[in-house]
Amino acid sequence: MTSLHVLATGPMVTVQDRGRPGLAHLGVPRAGALDAPAAALANRIVGNDPDAAVLEVVLGGLELRAHGGCWVAVTGADRAHASAEWLAAGATLRVPTPSTGVRSYVAVAGGIAVPPVLGSRSTDTLAWVGPPRVQPGAVLPVGDPTGSPRSVDTPRPPRRGPLRVRVGPRADWFDDDALDRLCATPYVVSADSNRIGLRLDGPALPRRRQDELASEGMVLGAVQVPPSGVPIVFLADHPPTGGYPVLAVVEEEDLWQCAQLRPGDEVRFTPARAGSTG
Amino acid sequence: MHLHPVGRSAVLAEVADAAEALDLATWARSARVAAVEVVPAARTVLFDGVDDPVALAARLRGWRPSGELPAGDRVEVPVVYDGPDLAFVAEAWGTDRDGVVARHAAVEYVAAFCGFAPGFSYLSGLPPELAVPRLESPRARVPAGSVGLAGGWCGVYPTASPGGWRLLGRTDATLWDPERDRPALLPPGTRVVFVPR
Repeated sequence: MTSLHVLATGPMVTVQDRGRPGLAHLGVPRAGALDAPAAALANRIVGNDPDAAVLEVVLGGLELRAHGGCWVAVTGADRAHASAEWLAAGATLRVPTPSTGVRSYVAVAGGIAVPPVLGSRSTDTLAWVGPPRVQPGAVLPVGDPTGSPRSVDTPRPPRRGPLRVRVGPRADWFDDDALDRLCATPYVVSADSNRIGLRLDGPALPRRRQDELASEGMVLGAVQVPPSGVPIVFLADHPPTGGYPVLAVVEEEDLWQCAQLRPGDEVRFTPARAGSTG
Repeated sequence: MHLHPVGRSAVLAEVADAAEALDLATWARSARVAAVEVVPAARTVLFDGVDDPVALAARLRGWRPSGELPAGDRVEVPVVYDGPDLAFVAEAWGTDRDGVVARHAAVEYVAAFCGFAPGFSYLSGLPPELAVPRLESPRARVPAGSVGLAGGWCGVYPTASPGGWRLLGRTDATLWDPERDRPALLPPGTRVVFVPR
């Protein structure tokens, strides 16, 4: 059986698939690849099922040695296009630090076959449900390939645009023009952004109501506004419930961008057109 | 019931209180409404992963509170009452340690919703006059199995974590085990009784 020996990791490497939806009522985040289109592309290139698990690599630094030859593909970060590469037995795959973007995805034909937890191989970094983060010395089992590698595929939109937003459930807790203000000025990505949320610096959004919100269910892409008035966009590992009002919700199709924004990058919001589907 | 749109594929239903939220969530699950997530909370139910929010909203408008108590499983949780905040709670309740144990163990709680951590259930049922404030500053580490109070809620920490609840005691019951068929011991709707050890 093929396996991958982890020689080195950068800041963080986790196993991710499409996550574990349906368990929020038990307090379990959905997790899953943060740049979902890039992860899906990597799987398609090596002929995997869309549910196969890949490696999510933050800022490169990953080195893997194949024990048994396998097809691999690396997507995400600064790679708009990718192709399947044959990694011979004993050969080493290195994922360098990207020149732009943050997260790279490594798919291997057959998928990373660590045991699933609650139906998913994703690591959730809020409650640490799922497999442990990938450390040097780990040996990752690889499943049996189910398809053939493909050389040509359609990448996700490689260019970033403003994050399209729709109205959130607590817009009435803010000044009437709060959504316009959110969309009027650029925000800057803060260094404490992670898989839980994209934290921003920028102008505060004034609240009309100062009382405390009872905890309520939160969606992926929720633009939550804490008392500081500076928004946080909830990403895959967000807590299933939260107590700050949600002004807006980022369209799911645009969330991949949040996976690739670096601290200091500028980000803008824009209203989604009614009836638009992506 | 107020319905709020939440982006393109979710609806937040606002109801009177946690009991109504649980009632609505229980109804929605049994009626198999088309949502990936049905998340009851303190005064709301979130329906997420909804293909047709307009159709869902129309169905939800047909719901009326049943007025019945949830008929979920009844789980007994054994507790050793030796928590660091027993004296504080005794003072707040105008009783002594044995009085706290007697009052806390006399209630049949209902798991209203989960949050904070996997398997952490907010248990309702404590009489409102027994509500206690959270710690001014949370403890850096609360051991797994700690039984505590915050406001009118009772809860048991499934795993070790920071926390600001007033701790009454501890249980060796496993609140959360992802390998189990039912990973959460106390999912929403469960009736819960604490049994002094």
